Amino acid sequence: MQTILTTTAIVTAFTGILAFLLTLANKTIANYGELKITINDEKEHIVQGGSSLLSSLIDEKIFIPSACGGKGTCGYCKVKVLEGGGPILPTELPWLTEEELDDNIRLSCQCKVKEDMKIEVPEELFNVKEYETTVELIEDMTPEIKKLRLRLNEGEEINFKPGQYIQLKVPTYKGNDEEVFKAYSIASSPMNKNYIDLYIGYTGGIATTYIHKFLKEGNRVKINGPYGDFYYHGETNREMILIAVATGIAPILSILRHIKENNIKRKVTFYFGAKTPDDLFELDLIKNLEEELYDFRFISTLSRVKEEHNWTGEEGRVNVALEKYIQGAGNKEAYLCGSPPMIDSVIKVLTEKGFTEDVIYYDKF
Amino acid sequence: MIELNPFIIFIAAIFTNNMIFSYFLGMCSFISVSNEIPTSLGLGQAVTFVLTFTTMLNYIIYHNILVPLNLEYLRFIVFIVSIAAFVQLVEMIIERYFSNLYYTLGIFLPLITVNCAILGVSLFMVIRNYTFLQSVGYAVGSGLGWTLAIVAMAGAKQRIKNNKLPKGLEGPGITLIITGLMALAFVGFSGIVQIQ
Repeated sequence: MQTILTTTAIVTAFTGILAFLLTLANKTIANYGELKITINDEKEHIVQGGSSLLSSLIDEKIFIPSACGGKGTCGYCKVKVLEGGGPILPTELPWLTEEELDDNIRLSCQCKVKEDMKIEVPEELFNVKEYETTVELIEDMTPEIKKLRLRLNEGEEINFKPGQYIQLKVPTYKGNDEEVFKAYSIASSPMNKNYIDLYIGYTGGIATTYIHKFLKEGNRVKINGPYGDFYYHGETNREMILIAVATGIAPILSILRHIKENNIKRKVTFYFGAKTPDDLFELDLIKNLEEELYDFRFISTLSRVKEEHNWTGEEGRVNVALEKYIQGAGNKEAYLCGSPPMIDSVIKVLTEKGFTEDVIYYDKF
Repeated sequence: MIELNPFIIFIAAIFTNNMIFSYFLGMCSFISVSNEIPTSLGLGQAVTFVLTFTTMLNYIIYHNILVPLNLEYLRFIVFIVSIAAFVQLVEMIIERYFSNLYYTLGIFLPLITVNCAILGVSLFMVIRNYTFLQSVGYAVGSGLGWTLAIVAMAGAKQRIKNNKLPKGLEGPGITLIITGLMALAFVGFSGIVQIQ
């Protein structure tokens, strides 16, 4: 009995002391305090230093794909580390190619946060989330187009590039027994991170019927996103040609708002096509933009003008206006948003004018 | 027991009583981390370092705590716990204060917490009634011997990397065969010194 007691006592005391020492060390030596992780040069996160980049990011609700759970055996959790990652560890080498090494790609599960860091996370990955939103406003723009403002929950933010879209989840309703996701471009400015504006034209389909006939202000709607590689490209100073018809104006407005809010000094021309004067909308907004932007010209063109409209502007589809106004493709880039036939005909005109594929960005819907 | 010079024990631990080739201890990291010479060298250094200090630590614990209390039979559990705690602590210190060292040595530390060669040396030290200096000589020698073995293995593996092997022998299979051949070669050293 005596032996059992001493043994237990000694083992307990011994492990207890060591555990105490380690806890103490954890609190002092391994305590790196609060550190800052800057992601994509815009978002800053304050994290408790000392753990791996992967787990620090997860704590901040940024989910880097990882299959092995941070053991360094799957090689999925690659992240570009611009500053503060320390040298590459031997445990990362098997997963990285020469190019990735030159590009400062690291395995985020191996790389520890021990100083302030700057990292790059692919925008899509960093951003695509599901949001539960409240319909704050439904407004008729034209007889067929409604503007929808969806507000995110308090404290939530959506980060998107001007021009990108979200998917709206359409629940089942009377006459529709399947849930569908439908994509809509965001019209509001990327600076407004707490709400998004959408323009929804009535087509009689499942989603637009739901939005036009069933959805009420105050209802809850689920969206996810943002998605899409149609967005404003700010790396050059080329003259911008924006072309949209009907609800295709949404991403264009987002781009224009972005240009305004960031005081970007580029020459911009916006061609907006519609059928009749009644189909033109947000004209006040565009008028304001005309006054505020550095060098902005708005050209609207109508394809079904009648006498009683007293229309003095352009007539015909947008490609006609483009033929007339665009002189050559030198130092210009074009952003197109509209239906497939409109996109195809516009691309044809632009190619004839000398635009190359890499300066034509478009979003077909 | 003849009083052996610590230096003789040191030499013997490298060549004739090599941890890998004569006791087959510390095999798991030996098999899995022996693909590249630089990595192997790093791991070898870490093992040597940890071996040396844990052996010293365990010597003190054993002779100053366990023996006076007649608790020698507790050595297994006490040794393994002190090794684990020591490795943890050292890792934290290195990571914080010697960041250069961390990248060459520190990251291997967690891998060797449970390396049986490390516990093995502490236990042999007790079984063979080594003095403090003899224990240190034995620990350093064993560490270097282990390093020698894993680096040699990494060299051999690099040479056969592009060779065709029978499917079943790829990876650990061929590693064990090479280990066996190397162990046979090390028998050739047995004339130098003998400890036991």
